[in-house]
Amino acid sequence: MATVIVVTSGKGGVGKTTTSAAFATGLALRGYQTVVIDFDVGLRNLDLVMGCERRVVYDLINVINGEGNLNQALIKDKRIDSLFVLPASQTRNKDALTLEGVTTVINTLKERFDYIICDSPAGIEHGAIMAMYFADEALVVTNPEVSSVRDSDRILGILSSKTHHAINGLPPIKEHLLITRYLPKRVSAGDMLSAEDVQEILAIPLLGVIPESSSVLQASNAGIPVTLDGRSDAGQAYLDAVARLLGEEKRQRFGKKRGFLTRLFGN
Amino acid sequence: MSLFNYFRSSQQRSSATVAKERLQIIVAHERRQRNNNSTLDYLPLLQQELLAVVRKYVLVEDDQIKINLEKEGNYDILEVNIALPDEPESRQPK
Repeated sequence: MATVIVVTSGKGGVGKTTTSAAFATGLALRGYQTVVIDFDVGLRNLDLVMGCERRVVYDLINVINGEGNLNQALIKDKRIDSLFVLPASQTRNKDALTLEGVTTVINTLKERFDYIICDSPAGIEHGAIMAMYFADEALVVTNPEVSSVRDSDRILGILSSKTHHAINGLPPIKEHLLITRYLPKRVSAGDMLSAEDVQEILAIPLLGVIPESSSVLQASNAGIPVTLDGRSDAGQAYLDAVARLLGEEKRQRFGKKRGFLTRLFGN
Repeated sequence: MSLFNYFRSSQQRSSATVAKERLQIIVAHERRQRNNNSTLDYLPLLQQELLAVVRKYVLVEDDQIKINLEKEGNYDILEVNIALPDEPESRQPK
């Protein structure tokens, strides 16, 4: 049975596409048949982050409109056999993303894949609703910063009312908090919200804390998902989060508030 | 330095603490609004009908009734506040 996971946040620029690419790659590395879908119609970028931008021929909207079939649109990753990318359209209007079309695409993908990762556009408009509609689980990507936390809370409200699970009275979507662009030093200095603080406010289980890292920019520059960079601290943190998603125990590397002694003696 | 900071920080709140407090307040407020929106539709009608019942016995103005729905833990509390007029003679409807 396939699991559909939406990567969402409300606010833009918090790391949804980076997270989608990193998680899809992490799951595929574990041997799961994985597809990652870009729902950001008109502003596609997942193809760049995944490094397959020159191989896009057909896209999600072409498939929905019957202008190409799903197999033509799916791009097979050159590094990992079990990983596929379904790009968004760059030219069409987001209204082309119909509920019927998305239903057909997701149901067809479910027959073939173990994990379907939906990279949501920013905002709370139609595209974001379509990305989350069929989700069984949600990764709520949040930066330790006031506007991102507030928007994430808003998204949690929408997840509990506008999705297939909510509308049809199915068990609620499993929500996971993923804190990205985390700077432990600034948290220690008291000028950044700690992971514990963010988790306490949003009140959903914390899946992982990804540190702000120069390797994320280097990875997207090169079109390599950060989880393929074995030396990247962010990549390692993403792999830990993937392991936790699969039910394994992994210690959190970041996110603890500093204790009395570290505050007293520095670190 | 850090020893100094420790004692200083106990007097001056860090910006992260301020952020957390502000977020807790606004998020709680917005969640309340969200939860109320689905159930709030009937409140204006309830207000009118309650007012009609009260007017059978006491004369009250339209703006003298306040209805509020609040969430406390697992309970919804419906608060109805009706201010009665001051002069006893104006209380009896004709």
